Formats: sequence, structure tokens, C-alpha cells
Amino acid sequence: MSAAPVLKVEHLTMRFGGLTAVSELSFDAGRREITALIGPNGAGKTTLFNCITGFYKPTVGRLLLTHSDGETFLLERLPEFRIAKEARVARTFQNVRLFAGMTLLENLIVAQHNKLMAASGFTVLGLLGSPSYARTERSAIDKARYWLDRVGLTDRADDPAGALPYGAQRRLEVARAMCTDPVLLCLDEPAAGLNNRESAELNGFLRAIRDEHGISILLIEHDMGVVMEISDRIVVLDYGIKIADGAPAEVRNDPSVIAAYLGVSDEEALTPQAERM
Amino acid sequence: MSDPSPTPSADHPAGERDDLLAALKEAVVAAAIAFGLFALLIGIRTEQGPSGALVIVTRFGALAGFVAAAFVGRFIFAIARHRFTVPANFIVLPAIRKSAAAFSPYFALALLIFALLVPILFYRNNYLLDLAILIVTYIMLGFGLNIVVGLAGLLDLGYVAFYAVGAYSYALIAQDFGLSFWVCLPLAGIFAAFAGLLLGFPVLRLRGDYLAIVTLGFGEIIRLVLLNWQNLTGGPNGISGIPRPSFFGLPFNSSAHGFAATFGLHYSPTHRVVFLYYLILALALVTNWVTLRLRRLPIGRAWEALREDEIACRALGINTTTTKLTAFAMGAMFGGFAGAFFATRQSFISPESFTFSESALVLAIVVLGGMGSQLGVVLAATVMLGGFELFREFDQYRMLVFGAAMVAIVIYRPRGLVATRTPSVSLRQRKDIPADIVRGARTESPA
Repeated sequence: MSAAPVLKVEHLTMRFGGLTAVSELSFDAGRREITALIGPNGAGKTTLFNCITGFYKPTVGRLLLTHSDGETFLLERLPEFRIAKEARVARTFQNVRLFAGMTLLENLIVAQHNKLMAASGFTVLGLLGSPSYARTERSAIDKARYWLDRVGLTDRADDPAGALPYGAQRRLEVARAMCTDPVLLCLDEPAAGLNNRESAELNGFLRAIRDEHGISILLIEHDMGVVMEISDRIVVLDYGIKIADGAPAEVRNDPSVIAAYLGVSDEEALTPQAERM
Repeated sequence: MSDPSPTPSADHPAGERDDLLAALKEAVVAAAIAFGLFALLIGIRTEQGPSGALVIVTRFGALAGFVAAAFVGRFIFAIARHRFTVPANFIVLPAIRKSAAAFSPYFALALLIFALLVPILFYRNNYLLDLAILIVTYIMLGFGLNIVVGLAGLLDLGYVAFYAVGAYSYALIAQDFGLSFWVCLPLAGIFAAFAGLLLGFPVLRLRGDYLAIVTLGFGEIIRLVLLNWQNLTGGPNGISGIPRPSFFGLPFNSSAHGFAATFGLHYSPTHRVVFLYYLILALALVTNWVTLRLRRLPIGRAWEALREDEIACRALGINTTTTKLTAFAMGAMFGGFAGAFFATRQSFISPESFTFSESALVLAIVVLGGMGSQLGVVLAATVMLGGFELFREFDQYRMLVFGAAMVAIVIYRPRGLVATRTPSVSLRQRKDIPADIVRGARTESPA
């Protein structure tokens, strides 16, 4: 077991022409911890996610991912599919991106593509009907069924993903990300559009992912109820600059954080939503 | 078409008059459009006068007739639409759709048995046998293109290029090296697959309309190369005397070593036609089997996932580059097989056989059939090519009927004849997915 943080972000800068979306950002995301990224709209949170998952190449900086066996990956040098496949970083999207015309089960099986591809002998053995491929496919279905159970969607396994209500689509996307066996799970606003009951369920689910499966989570969230309750650590961004970094209690009382949420009084900005109601 | 105006309630006395007024207005607009369209098309005509010079002849009577027909037709149509509201699901009732889904496996089986029996049923009818060969060739091309367009969602307007590469590969290898059909066939497929990769690399980043334009260009490039590379391809003269297929070494001729003599039959040229029919049928069935099988393998699921959302694919660790390239190569390979068959059947090929209209026809078969549906391709190919032949006597009206049929399908079955998608795997019960959820080959740009 490696004690190193799962992800070290060092001096990360991302410029789009004249706009600096993320500037000189450094922080660590602890192993088996939930690290939340918060900040006002346009603070550069999603840009950071896109850098970590390889959809953007950072202008400057280093992203060091360490697996628990000590193997390290420099994410800024890898194309996005290898970040998911080899460095095992999974992500969800702010605007849900499911395979709408495929069933829930198919969505979760596509997520296990690389494992199945190898088992199918890069299609050749699979085409000939090899029994070892059939075995791997059955185990993939079992895994998909497990995660469908976890997000409570087993009954709808054979329905198209596009026919699900919004909250269920979000849960399915998390389940799909989990099917890739990630080391680090990046969730972009998983609670957006969920009602109070659903977001409480989400809290429990994310904790379970961390505690039962030992997965580190990086989370972008606006719902302070979720953030304050489940995060082990919070990183606050404003205009691409880190303005605070620490445990929820520290961040909540940080004057610069309160200033960043200007226009909203301190109490309102940083007390959990559930308490407010 | 104009928007339907709000339907007034029946108990309202003014409602009826409003109806009439609205219909009248629509009819006047339609008549005006008809006048604009036909004023020059029908109203005026040039004819050769007695001195040989062109003279203008006016036909205002005919023009008035057309305009009046448009007015009356539109008026009646508008009135009828205001009076009778058609239920939204009038065209395809759910019950019919459901029973059709349950029926389709039996239908496919019946179709297969019929396909196997065609040479026996129509042995004396050489014309029908030739037509059947043509239809099955296009079915095979449709299957191949279905992988690229239907499954992977990559709109390819230059598919005929792979057909051409297969045909020319077969012709050149068979002629210059004297290899048999069964050796040349896989080689032709491999060459076509390479052409597919060649096309695939530059278009990896393109999607939708842009991809369609580049593939269109690629198809034309291949045709122009074939036309101008005189030394190799014979240019516009094409290649003739391509070896005919033999029945495992027994040629189809009247010699003592021929197929008929060996089996103690009377020599008949139909033997070769029947053999060709079964050959292309076997090729098409193999293509179908491979495609159905691929759909249930990771590569096939990745193709469909690519069609649904490319960015999500990449986030899940799927290498979209190789996934796209294999789709192009696989589709091209089957096109190449079909090309090799075409060359051996015709024994003469020239660039004229590989024009854009062939690509358009194959794409129309895939789109009309319902993208991704194998049965749909079979139905669409049969209907389209069979329809072409059926209307051969009405040569002048053929395109008119074809166009009208296209418009009808676009209106009533916009997603093709077989529009549902069958999931590749299921936990409990396999339920077909309605077409409006499934994405087609996308034409919009990525988010």
C-alpha cells in the first residue's frame, strides 16, 4: 500500500488564448478520501476535471496519479482513453452522457470494454465462440448487475438509458463509471437536479464507494449539503485560483471563501441546505 | 406545408366559416405557388417552327388547369384536415408494431428459405435469376455499409470506392497471377479493408456532414484513379476477360471436363447463373452472420456506443481511433468481397460501374431499411431494386415513383422500415428499443 496521495496536482495552469481558466493550482487528493472542489460558476472546476481526465492538455503543470501498489502515471502526458484504461480514472459529466439508445445493462457492459476486448482475443476468439470469452462476459454481466442493484435500477436493466428519469440517469452514470474499476472517481455535479431525498441517498452511496471499495473520489458540487456532509477535504477555487484548501470546518469559516461567495451572506452560503429548510 | 391552424370548436357557429376562410386562404397560396412554378415550365414551350427556327408556343389552358387543380386539391385537403383530426398514432398502431416484432424472426426464416429456393422456383426464368443475383449483391453491400453507418454511426458517402477496389483487385490478381476465385476473394477483401483504413485515418476527427463530404470525395478519387491509371486499370476501357468462377475447379462450359459433363447433366448456361446466385447468397449470409455476431462482441458494442456518444466512450477507456478504423475496415472488407463477386460475374469492369449513384443507392438501402437493422437492409434492397425492375416499362416515370416513395417513407417511417433496435444482451427480457431514442449517424456537431 502506498501512502502517497492518489492525485497530486502541481502548478497546473490552463489557458485558452488570453483566458486563464486555471492558474498555478496545486493540491493533493488523499487516497480513500472524498475531495470536493467548490467555487462559483466559471471558477475553473470543470476545466480542472477535463485536464485530469485528459480531455484538455494543461498549458503548464504536472498531474501525478499513484496507484496503491506504487505505480505512477503522469496524466498530462496520456491521451484520455489511456487515462481511463491504464491510470484508471473514471469520470461523469455535468450534462449526463449516457448511451441513450442502449439498455442500462449494455451501458454498464460497454464500460468494461477493455477487459472484454482482451478476453475476446481482440474479436477473433470471440467470433469463433471461445468459452473463455463467454465466461468473461458472464462475469461482466454479474458486475453490471451488482452496480445496478447498488443504484436501485435492476428492474429497468433492459430499458433504454434514454428513457430513464433524470435522477436515475445520474445514478446510472456513476454506476457506469464504477464498472471501469477506477482508482479515482471524478464526479461532476452528481447532485445537480436531485431532490433532497435523492441527494441524501447519493451521500450514502458515495460514502459506500469510498469505504467499501476503497476508491478515492474527486467531486465538483454546488450543493453544500452534499459537500459539507461527506467531504474529507474541500478545495475552493475562484477565477482559477485556489483560495482555500482544508477540512470542511476550516473552509466554512475561511474569510476569503466567504468573500468569494459575495452577495450571499456567510450563513447562507456555507450552511448545509438540509439545515436551511 | 403550412401549420395547421387552431381547430375551432364544433358548436361554435362562426367556426365553420372560419374553417372555410382558412382553407380558401391556403388554397389561394397553393395556387399562387403552382402558378409561379408552372408559368415557365408549362405555360411556355419552345418548338421548332416551319423554318427550322425555335418559336415560342403558349399553353395557357394547360397552365390554368394545373393552377386550378392545385387550388381545388389544396382546398379539399384543408377542409378535410380541419374536419377530421387524425389520431397521432394512426400510421403505426402499437398493436401492429408489437405483433410485427414477435413475427420478425419467423419472417426472417421464411425469407431465408425463399432465398434458398429461388433458383429452383425460377429455374427457367433467367431474367429473374439475374435480378435475384443483383438484389443479393446489393443486400451484401448494404450489410457492409450497415456496419459503418448503422452501427458505428459514421456517415459514408463513398462506399462504392471499396466495391471498386475489391472488383479491380480481383480482376487484376485473377488475370495477372492466374489465381483461383477462392484465393482472390480474401485478397480482394484485404485490399478493400486497407482502402478502408486509408480513408479512415484522415477522417478520424470528422463527423456528420464533414465526414460525409470527405468520404464522398474519397469515392470520386478512387474512381478517377481507376479512370486515369491507364497502365494498370486500362482506364475507361476497363478490364475484360476476367476469369469466370468455376465449381471447385470445374468450369461451367460444354467441354468434357466441365461441370455438366462431370455430373452427367446436359450442359446449360443456367448452371453458372445458379452457381453465382448461391455464391453471392452464401457471401451475404456469412456477412450477416459475422455482423450479428460482432454486435454481441465488445467491438460491436463499442461501435454502437461510439454512435451514441463518442466523448463518453473515451471517458470509459475505449480507444475511439481503433474502434473507428475497424468499423471502416470491416465495412470496406465486405464491400470488397461484393466487388470481387461483381467482377467475376460480369467478367468485365470499368470505372463506369462505380459512380456516386451506386454509393447513394447502397446508402439509401441502409437508411430506408432502418439504420443498424439487417432485416431492414434485406427488405429495402428487395423493394428498391425490385421496384426499379417492376417500373422498367414506365421508364419515364420510374424516378418520379421512386421519389414519391422516398418522400412517403421519410414522412411515415422517418427512421426506416425496421426502425427498432434490438439490444445485444439482456438480463431478463429482450425488449426492442424504439427508434426515437436511438441516435442515427449524426449530422449535428459535437457538443
